Amino acid sequence: MRQFKKAAIAAVVAAALAPAGMAVAQDKPVKMSVVAFLSGAAAGPFGVPSRNGAEVVIAAINAGKLPAPYNSKGLAGREIEAEYIDEAGGNTKQVAEYRNMVEKRGVDVALGYISSGTCAALTPVAEELKKLTVYAICGTPRIFEEAKPQYVFRTMSHATSDNVAAAYYVKEHFPKIKSYTAINQNYAWGQDSWRDFDASMALLTKAKASAKLQWPKIFQGQYSTEISALLLDKAELVHTSLWDGDLESFVFQGQTRGLFKKKKVIFTVAETSVYRLGKRMPDGLVIGARGPYGAIVRDRPSALNKWFIAAYKDRFGQYPSGPAYQYAQAVLAVKVGYDAAAKKAGGFPTQDQVIEAMKGAEFESFSTNVKMGLGNGHQAVTENGYGITKWDAKAGELKLEKVKFYPAECVNPPEGVESVEWIKGGMKGAKC
Amino acid sequence: MDTALTILLDGLVFSSYLFIVSLGLTIIFGVMKILNVTHGSFYAWGAYAAAFFIGLAANAGWPDWVGFLIIFASAILVGVVLGLILERGILQFMYHRDEVLIVLATFGTFLVLEDVILLVFGVDPYFAFQPMQLLGAVELGGIARDAYGLTLIGLAVTLALGCWLALKRTRWGKLLSAVIFDRELSMSMGLNVTRVYIVTFVLGAILGALGGAYIAPTVSVAPGFGVDVIVLSFAVVVIGGMGSVPGAMIGALAVGIVRALAVHKFPQFELFVIYAVMATVLVFRPEGLFAPVKARKI
Repeated sequence: MRQFKKAAIAAVVAAALAPAGMAVAQDKPVKMSVVAFLSGAAAGPFGVPSRNGAEVVIAAINAGKLPAPYNSKGLAGREIEAEYIDEAGGNTKQVAEYRNMVEKRGVDVALGYISSGTCAALTPVAEELKKLTVYAICGTPRIFEEAKPQYVFRTMSHATSDNVAAAYYVKEHFPKIKSYTAINQNYAWGQDSWRDFDASMALLTKAKASAKLQWPKIFQGQYSTEISALLLDKAELVHTSLWDGDLESFVFQGQTRGLFKKKKVIFTVAETSVYRLGKRMPDGLVIGARGPYGAIVRDRPSALNKWFIAAYKDRFGQYPSGPAYQYAQAVLAVKVGYDAAAKKAGGFPTQDQVIEAMKGAEFESFSTNVKMGLGNGHQAVTENGYGITKWDAKAGELKLEKVKFYPAECVNPPEGVESVEWIKGGMKGAKC
Repeated sequence: MDTALTILLDGLVFSSYLFIVSLGLTIIFGVMKILNVTHGSFYAWGAYAAAFFIGLAANAGWPDWVGFLIIFASAILVGVVLGLILERGILQFMYHRDEVLIVLATFGTFLVLEDVILLVFGVDPYFAFQPMQLLGAVELGGIARDAYGLTLIGLAVTLALGCWLALKRTRWGKLLSAVIFDRELSMSMGLNVTRVYIVTFVLGAILGALGGAYIAPTVSVAPGFGVDVIVLSFAVVVIGGMGSVPGAMIGALAVGIVRALAVHKFPQFELFVIYAVMATVLVFRPEGLFAPVKARKI
């Protein structure tokens, strides 16, 4: 009898716990690592807004408060459990950190990364560990041109579109430019940026490149000698893809020495400094945001854009800059993938089903339409745009005028064609 | 002609910067035989303190020239506080240990101080452009130059002369020379070596902080600010001979001029030109150009 009682109690307890246990298993959150520079020179202009952008969207997804059509709760119904990781420390550290997050902490999605160098180093590791990895920013086109990763996605355009759009902008707004030079950081990002800009200028204009280009190392901060060389160079236009604290140091030093009055300077990434520097940024700089993000799209009236600006401003007290949009877009792409995969599978999807759903997906993001159109459906393409800085004394803020956007099909190569080949081959198939 | 003058001025400005940031490092090594990695922290803290206080002064509506006073006051404040804490709190317990262990201790301290910067100042860069804007630009060699950058040359010359006078013409300098020559013998002669060590370390810390504080108005002062300067100042000190003040001066001049030449004429070589100079010097003089003579002990 006693044995029977024990068995009965055990059965009742088991029966009571079983559904709870199953429910716990069903509701297991999706673990997402969000990696961005949280220390070092890139943290202020890039890393912190990136993390903030992701944070706003993750919170809204978990609460089911994103505007339609993304107003369902969670990723395929499951909450996102986010952890925020510092990207600083170099490639070796990031590879070790990535292995830790995947192998020890069981992360479901690795998302983020700003530096092209880090993305290049991580891609083979992501493939080895077979883990869904979504690059939010890093720019080098080589990721999907030198290999065909299966587990890696990038949800914004690569650097080629920045530089092709820059060349178009120069052609249209400064047609009398006869020569151009450059100052770019001496690593993958700077070299690729110059390569694409130079090739595009050679195709679209008759201007000639200077023989002396400046290649300071990343995070150098001091540009006195380089600015002297730029001032002595007869070229009328300077191309630069400087970013982070380097960009802002260059602006201060160049401004004091009259560089921006003597030369027209086109910055492919300087939107990150529009809100930060405000009046301290001189008028007349041509700046891009690596796509339709941040200050360059502040007036776009879509419901998603209005929601994102309001939610970000409400949470952080300032307008979202480009990196905030770009990380928000990466998180949204993951939601699009999970939700579409769940709909097709009729239940919570496997990683392979999510990857299949993300491949080639097209979706409306906060400020633009995104098409995963390159790299076998793993690399996004979007439109790209530039504007010119002008201090608005009445509004008390730096604004962008003469903003011009170029369609994705105009500034990105078609699927299967490498960027350099496409530009040098005359940008065949471009629809401008 | 314009190009030659520009290269010379660029070289002198960069040399001056290198000399200022290397001076404290070489003085500490010369006297204490410590390869002080924390030097990068002195530099970064000096820059942050100057940028922070200059920002406060600007917000309070104080005139821009106050920024210059703040630069020197920040360097002294950071150098004295951090120098004393590190020397009395850590290094004094390690003098009898292996030199490699002391380097590791300073490296560990550097990492800790980097994180403390994040805690205190956050990750957003600080801007302190007022002193640079106050002095404006001057036309030299056909191009505009920031006058503030040119004042670096004056500061470097002043520091070099000051060091030379202090070492050669004062009683304290002679005592210091005695400790550099032989620490044990100096102690046996009744010299208070502990005090010499404290003063030297604090002085070196002030000079490191001054480098950062003076450069702060020209850059965006951001986390990680002190990392690169360690490599640069080590290169200069190794070229000149570790522990030699004239060596640091010549090393800085050699690196600065060669780098300026590279940027103007062969910019693709800029990245490694500093290390090319260092490697060339070390091939012919492994101890550096002006390494102090070591006494042979019997």
